[in-house]
Parts: sequence; C-alpha cells; structure tokens
Amino acid sequence: MKKRSNVVKYNRWGYIFLIPFIVVYVVFQLVPLVTTVGNSFFEYYRSGLTQIGPNWIGLENYKSIFSTPDLWQYFGNTMIMWIMGFVPQILLSLLLGAWFSNPSLRLKCQRFFKTVIYLPNLIMASAFAMLFFTLFADTGPINSILMQTGVLDAPYSFMSHVWSVRTLVALMNLLMWFGNTTILLMAGMMGIDPSLFEAASVDGATATQVFFKITLPLLRPILIYVMITSLIGGLQMFDVPQILTNGTGDPMRSSMTLIMYLNKHLFSKNYGIGGALSVFLFVITGILSLIIFRFTDNRKAIK
Amino acid sequence: MKKKVISALLCAAVAGSMLAGCGAEQAADAAAAVADAAATAATEAAAPAAEPAATEAAAEEEAAPAGDEGKVLNIYCWNEEFKSRITDHYPGYEEVDGTHGKMGDVDVVWNITPSDDNAYQNNLDETLLKQESAAADDKIDLFLVEADYALKYVDTDYAMALKDLGITDADLSDQYEYTQSIVTDSNGNLKGSSWQACSAGLIYNREAAKEILGSDDPADVQAAVADWAKYKETAAKAAEKGYTMCSVNDTYRTYSNNVSGKWVQDGKIVVDANMDAWVNDSMELVEKKAENTYDLWGDDWAKGKKPEGKIFCYFGPAWFFNFCLDADQDGTIANQGGWGFCEGPQSYYWGGTWICAASGTDNPALVKDIILTMTTDKNVLKEIAMADSDCVNSKSVLADLSGSDDGNIALLGGQNPYAELAKGAEGIDLSNISPYDQGCNEEFQAAMKNYFEGNASKEEALEQFYKGVEEKYPELSH
Amino acid sequence: MEEKKGVSIGVRRVIAYIVLILISFFCLIWFYILFINATRSNSELSAGFTPIPSTHLIDNWTNLVKGTLPIVNGMLNSVLIAALSALLCVYFSTMTAFAIHAYDFKAKKFMFTFILAVMMIPTQVTVLGFLQLIDKMKLTDTFWPLILPSIAAPITFFYLKQYMDSTLSISLIEAARIDGAGEFRIFNTIVLPLMKPAIAVQAIFTFVTSWNNYFVPALVIQSDKKKTLPILIAQLRSADWLKFDMGQVYVMIAFSIFPVIIVYLLLSKYIVGGVALGGVKE
Repeated sequence: MKKRSNVVKYNRWGYIFLIPFIVVYVVFQLVPLVTTVGNSFFEYYRSGLTQIGPNWIGLENYKSIFSTPDLWQYFGNTMIMWIMGFVPQILLSLLLGAWFSNPSLRLKCQRFFKTVIYLPNLIMASAFAMLFFTLFADTGPINSILMQTGVLDAPYSFMSHVWSVRTLVALMNLLMWFGNTTILLMAGMMGIDPSLFEAASVDGATATQVFFKITLPLLRPILIYVMITSLIGGLQMFDVPQILTNGTGDPMRSSMTLIMYLNKHLFSKNYGIGGALSVFLFVITGILSLIIFRFTDNRKAIK
Repeated sequence: MKKKVISALLCAAVAGSMLAGCGAEQAADAAAAVADAAATAATEAAAPAAEPAATEAAAEEEAAPAGDEGKVLNIYCWNEEFKSRITDHYPGYEEVDGTHGKMGDVDVVWNITPSDDNAYQNNLDETLLKQESAAADDKIDLFLVEADYALKYVDTDYAMALKDLGITDADLSDQYEYTQSIVTDSNGNLKGSSWQACSAGLIYNREAAKEILGSDDPADVQAAVADWAKYKETAAKAAEKGYTMCSVNDTYRTYSNNVSGKWVQDGKIVVDANMDAWVNDSMELVEKKAENTYDLWGDDWAKGKKPEGKIFCYFGPAWFFNFCLDADQDGTIANQGGWGFCEGPQSYYWGGTWICAASGTDNPALVKDIILTMTTDKNVLKEIAMADSDCVNSKSVLADLSGSDDGNIALLGGQNPYAELAKGAEGIDLSNISPYDQGCNEEFQAAMKNYFEGNASKEEALEQFYKGVEEKYPELSH
Repeated sequence: MEEKKGVSIGVRRVIAYIVLILISFFCLIWFYILFINATRSNSELSAGFTPIPSTHLIDNWTNLVKGTLPIVNGMLNSVLIAALSALLCVYFSTMTAFAIHAYDFKAKKFMFTFILAVMMIPTQVTVLGFLQLIDKMKLTDTFWPLILPSIAAPITFFYLKQYMDSTLSISLIEAARIDGAGEFRIFNTIVLPLMKPAIAVQAIFTFVTSWNNYFVPALVIQSDKKKTLPILIAQLRSADWLKFDMGQVYVMIAFSIFPVIIVYLLLSKYIVGGVALGGVKE
C-alpha cells in the first residue's frame, strides 16, 4: 500500500463513481430480482385472464421442479450443447489470436480477417435460424450436396435426430460467438507490452514457447472473463435452440435448455415455478463460476 | 498496401450500399406516390357501389358524438389484415397514418403487436386487466382473436356480448353457425363475429389423381377419400405409385375439428378417440411412407407445390389457394392449373379472425356499426370476397359465387370450389372447443412428431404431451 | 497449434492462410445468402434455396416501403436506443470498474463479489418483475426502460475491470494527481482514452445486443412510431396471408443489418488496428 494519508482522501471517490451503477442496478434489476425470488414461494400464475394467487405455498414450487429428473436432463442438455460449442470456440480463438499476434508469421490481410470473424454476430439469431432451416432441410442444399457426392443415399433429417440437432445448435453458437471471443482475446493480447515479445525473440524463444510462456499467462484475466461469461451465456442459452426447434427442444426435449424450460412457464406467467427455476439457475451458475475461478486462479481473483 | 486496399474496398462497399440505400429510398418515395394516386383512383371508382352503406354509416356517425360516445376508438390486433379490410371497405374511414385513422370525428388508434413469442396476447392481457381503471379514451374498444384461443377471452367478462351492443340474431342469420360457436361463451352468449368462413377441404394434384385413381374429377376423388378408411386405401395406392399423400400435420386439423369431447374436462386433459385415431392412422401411413412428418410452411413441405415434389394433396381452405400454391411461379402445379378441390374425409375449418367488443368500450354505437358492416353487410362482404379472395361468412354471398363464373379459380383448372366450401362450412361442428385448444393442439402435434419419427414410443410421446400442456396451464392435470 | 519446431514458417503460413480463408468463407456466406434471398420473391423463396440471385430486390424494397410499417422511424429508434445504450453502458461501466480498480474502500471487495454474483442472474429471469416495475413507474411505451438499465451492466464491467487489471497502472493516476488533476477529470481525460480498445469492444457488443433485441422491446413498446426494427421484422413475419411476403422480410433483415455493419466497421479500427499498442507506453 502507498502512503495512507494521501490515498484515503481520494477513496471516497470510489463510492461516488459507484453511485450510477448502484442506483440503476437497484431500480431496474434488484427490485425485479427480489420479487422474482419472493415469488418462488407462492402459487402465482395466470389461468387465461384470471390471476391465480399469490398464495403462500412455501417450498412446493421447488419440490415440484425437483420431483422429476427433467430438470437435470435440461441442465445436462445445456451443458452438453455449451461444451460442444465452447471447446472448439476457445481453441479456434486462441489459435487465431496466436497467429495474429505472432510477428514471425507476418500474416497479410490481418485487418480483413480480424474484421470478418465478428460479422456473423451481427445477424439476428432468428434470421440466422431461418437460413439454417433452409440449408439443412431434407430437400435443402446440404442434403443434396451430400447425396450428389454419394455420402448419403436418402436425405438425412437433421431436425429429427438428437445429435444432429445438438450439433447444429453448437455450430450456430460457435459461428455466432467465436468472433466475439477472438476479439476479446485479441484486445487482451494487444494490452501486453510488446517489449516482452521482443525480449523473448532476442532470447531465441520459438513462437510456441512465446505463446505458452508469455501470451497465455498474461491473458489470464481475460481468459477467466471469457470462460465465465461464456459459461454464464451457455447456461442462459436460449434463442438458438428455441428458434431452431420451434421452442419444443425436440427430439424428446433432448435439446431443451434450462431457459427454454423457464420460458415454457412464462406462457402462463407462472411467477412461482419461474422464480424457483431462476433460483436454481442462479445457484448452479454460482457453483460453476466458483469452480472456474478456483481452477484457473491459484491466487485470489480480487486484488 | 494490401491492408489499405481491403479497407478501401470495405469502405467503398459501405458507401456504395449507403448510396444505393438513398437512391432506393427516393425511388421508393416516388413509387409510393404513384401507388397513392392509384389507390385514390380505386377508391373513387369503388365509391358509387359503397354509397348506400356510406350514407347509412354517416348517419350513424353523426348520431354518435351527440350521445356520450368517446372520441378515440382503440383497436388491438396482431397484423394489418383487419386494418386493410377497414381501410378498403368500411365507408367513411380515412387513413391518417400507419396506425391512425378517422371515422367521422372519432380518432381510430390501431395497436398492432406481432404474435411472435405470444407478444400479442401478453400485451392484450395486460391492457384488458387494466381496462376498468383506464381513462375512457385509453380503453380498448375492439380486439381481434383467432379461433385457437378465442375462448380464453370470450369466456370472460372482458368481451362484451353482442346482444348488449344491440346486435340481434336476425342480423347474424346469414353467418355460418361454426363461426358463432367459436365465440360463444359457456353461458351461450355470442361475443364475437367474423367476416371470414374458412371452411377447408382437400386440394389434390390432378395429375396424381389421374395416375392413382384414373380420374381427376372432384366427385371421383371425393369418393376415394370420403372417409378415413377410404383415404388410407387411396394413400396405399399413392405410395405404390411413388406419391406421398401429404404431411401428418396437414390432416391434423381435420381430425381435431371432429372430436367428440373437449381437450379439457373438469380440469383433466382428455385425449379424444379421434385424436388417438389421428396418431394411429398417421403412424400407419408414415410407416408405409404414404405420409411424411414435415412441419407446415417449411421448405420440405413446400416442395409439393411442384410436380416433382410427388405430393398427392394439401389440406386447406380458400385462402390457401392464393397464399400457398404459388401460381405466379413457373413450374408449379398451380401455374398449370393442376389442382382440384374436394371436401375430403371430414368437414373442418382453418383460420379466420374474429372481432370482439371489449367491455367498457366508450364507443358502443360505433363498435356495433363496425361489427355489423364488416361481418354482415352483404355488399361489403361481396366486395371483400371479390377484392381480397376471402371466403366470406355469408351463406348468400357464397351461394352467389358458387353459381357464377366469378367463383371459378384458374389454379384449380377453372373449377368453382364455392359449393364444396359452402357445404363444408355447413358441416363444421365446433361444439367441443375449449380455451386450452391452442396449447393442447400445439403440444400434441409437437409431442407426436417424436413418435412418428421413431424417437419415442407412443406412451413416451403422450407423457411429453401431458408435461407440455401442464407447463402451459398449471391448473390442469391428467 | 503445437507445431513442431521443424515445420518451416512457410508451411505454417500456408496452413494459417487456408484456415483463415475457410473461416472467412463461413463468416461471409450468410451475408451472401441473405442478399440472395432479398432478391427473390416470396414464391421463389418458398421453392427452397438457390445460390443465384433473382430479380426482385427492387420490388421487395418498394413493397416494403409502400407498406404501412414505419421502417424509417424504426431505423431511427433502433439507432437512438442502441447508440445511447452503448454509450451509457461503456461510460458508466468504465466508471464502475475504475472505482473498484483504483480506490481502496471498505465495501470494495463486497461490491466486486456482489457485481459478479449479479452477472450470473439470467436476464429472462427478472423480465416479469421488470415489466411489472416499469408499469408502476409509468415507463411503458417509452425508451427509458430499454436504455437506462444498460448503465448497470455487470458483464461489461467485469471485462473492463479485467482489462484495467492488465493495463492500467495506479502510478499513472497518482502522477496525474500530483499534477493537480481532479478525480473526475482524471477519469475522463486519462482513464477513458487509455481504455479505448476495451471500450470499443464493449461498445460494439452492447450496440449489437441492443440492436438485435426483440424480447424486451416487444413487451415494452406499443405505439408504432416507437417500434424498433426487430419488432417490425416480427410484425412483417406475422403478416396475414394477403400481405405475407418473405422477400420483404429478407430485404428488411438486410436493411437492418447495414447500420450495425457500419458501426462495427467504424469501431473495429480500434480493435483490429494497432491503436491499442500505445496504451501501456503512453
């Protein structure tokens, strides 16, 4: 720590700078959140235009969502589809990041490639899904290419098989989000002092060594960020599978995610079950994020 | 160097597109102006025909403000269909802009929320719940509903009984009964009215019919599909010749309209025998490759519009002809007038929009006039039928059409389907609808698709159906 | 990724180029397909995909403009909401991150953990409560509920905080204090410029997210004049059978993508260029 006397008088600014965040947060998120958690203890939904409840029922909503193994199935689906998309995504992003930051490769057109990778994210998920439907239809171009090249004899129904649906979801997520991840990593890489690279190359380090010994460790804060936000984004996965399966999560709900399940309850404005599901989701996310923190960081995350 | 070139190219592309955007906008403005002029001309041309009605309405309007009618008419709907019907056919309606209009000195406000993600119903629900405390000019006056969820609103006090508006049974006597049973609440009060009667039938591929049945005459084809047993025989023959009948989802409505009991009885979900028949019949045909499992509107489903799609038929009402069969495109069956129409195995309907008056409306006289004009005035209905090819909710107008060449349709090879449509509309019996139909039908089709495609046993699929419905309607059980 | 030392630079470069070109293809093909579809009429579209453009681009566009949807208004609304959201979001998130990063105060650790916890709450979860709230606040059918909440964006905050950890040194701030600059001034004139690459990244993300948001605006906005582009697209897609026209939908999608592409290209120079490299040295 620096000279205390000097620092203390500035530190009240810490509070002042936090005011906007806190005010907005309390008004627009905390209040709705508290209501949400509170609602999880009530029977509280709409039947047509008639409001049922709120009636205090204690933990009944929690009992009801845990009464079947469904919740764990949806959790499993979510994790499977997230991992299927995230693993290739982070590998690809690191590879691209390494290439772009490797001075000895001297890649040309970097500007173009760096610009292009984020573009798919600009397309609305619903528009993207419309295109996927067209491409992967039984009579669509993908099937006809596969049949012409002799890979298939009959069209393959991508939307009717568990793993093809999951793969398509993962593929769409990968396409939409790998540019995002790469940009984050590149921004982190740009923050690294170039003199470190110069020093390394003077010492005769190979590109691989530089990447693993310098880039990766220095990237750690951003990597943690990427992993945690991607995990959170993954647990909140919704629009892609929702649109791709018309909200059904079929075949047999094997691609239904937790939020899709939550969304099912929004139809009847079921604040009770919805609240209980939210609390569950919150707890799960917290546990998993903690694991990542522990896993990636042997010191404390907070300085 | 190359980097520069590429960024320059990107910039140029953006700039180019912006310029193109501007140019197109101007062009579009010009085009819009031309279109406006054309529209005015059309209105002027149509004016004499509408005159008697117009004077009638004008009188009504003059009377209205004298009483304690409100100055603002709020209409809730999910698309522009009704707005364009009003704009084109309601005498005295002046358009102000996209969501505002005038009827006499009453301002009309259109509140259009798309139905995606249930947004329309959510919005309508919230507003209706506040109806009582809302200021007179903010109260909903009219709202529109679809059949699948009509009862959700009709069976509450938020929708006004038509008789309370002063609309009598005699006013509505020319309408088809099924269009009224959809919007009749559990106490027998009629609470809505429609200008459409969307009775539907079987639209068959004439070439396929010749090949499979040896005739493409509507009567012969009808005989071959007169009930589900005969339909299945025909399907087997079709499969032998390499044709698929249609999708299991095409036949769904025909079964679901002809159930013997409601989806929900005493809070329990009940799968009707006819729904079970749909599952078994469909599975049988899917296994024989005589039916497919494609979702409606998808690319695969749409392939049947061309001869090489090898589809025997679609199930659909009158609006299906123009909307779905793509007669304007080369190479479609419709383009060569290659479709035929018959009633099919059972009577059923598909689609339609109902107008409901909201309780608490401050414009009852105007609301009454709109409902009467748009859904019972024969001149207006005839106009709608001719201008928009709607199959209108009027026995006499349909009788006119079936007897005249106005009803001949090119894509059906010149066949006049109105007699069949009218007959179908008479035969529809919708006494077994419930407020839960939308959710039950959606979930049932979605769940059974798993069974048809071999991803689940019938029991598992049923289990998923119950699960889905109970999520949507927590008050139900099975 | 783990090439042997023996593999020559040349070979690695070729591999890199091949992979990059493949990736670029998969990133750009969607825009091509969207463009193709925008040139096709509704009935052509329903016949399935072809890679050859058709001739209906102008028709689709004129039909769209001729229709009653206020697309120009929608564009302006979307720009306004997305731009303000992005602006407020990055400005105040940087401020929040700065508060946690540069100052030492009692509640600091608590606040950081707290904001991280907040990040884990799915947005869909609080939507119902959020709607009830804005209704009580009489903010329904206004832009405020779409713009203001972006001030408290934990995910953006977290990123900026992480970025500050690796780039912004406290000594720089202390040097400025010695020069007599006030804290607010330090933040605006020294911290913000230093954070440019990170801010640009998050500004793009926030802009795009807000631009493509349908879920909340559809529930908040009612009057036509205030609708954003995604709502109008949804409205176009739920058009009745007389007006239903996928050609128009695709033209509209293409039309609504342009502004984001422009914003992205404008901001992307901070991301892809070498601007950031000066950060630490400055």
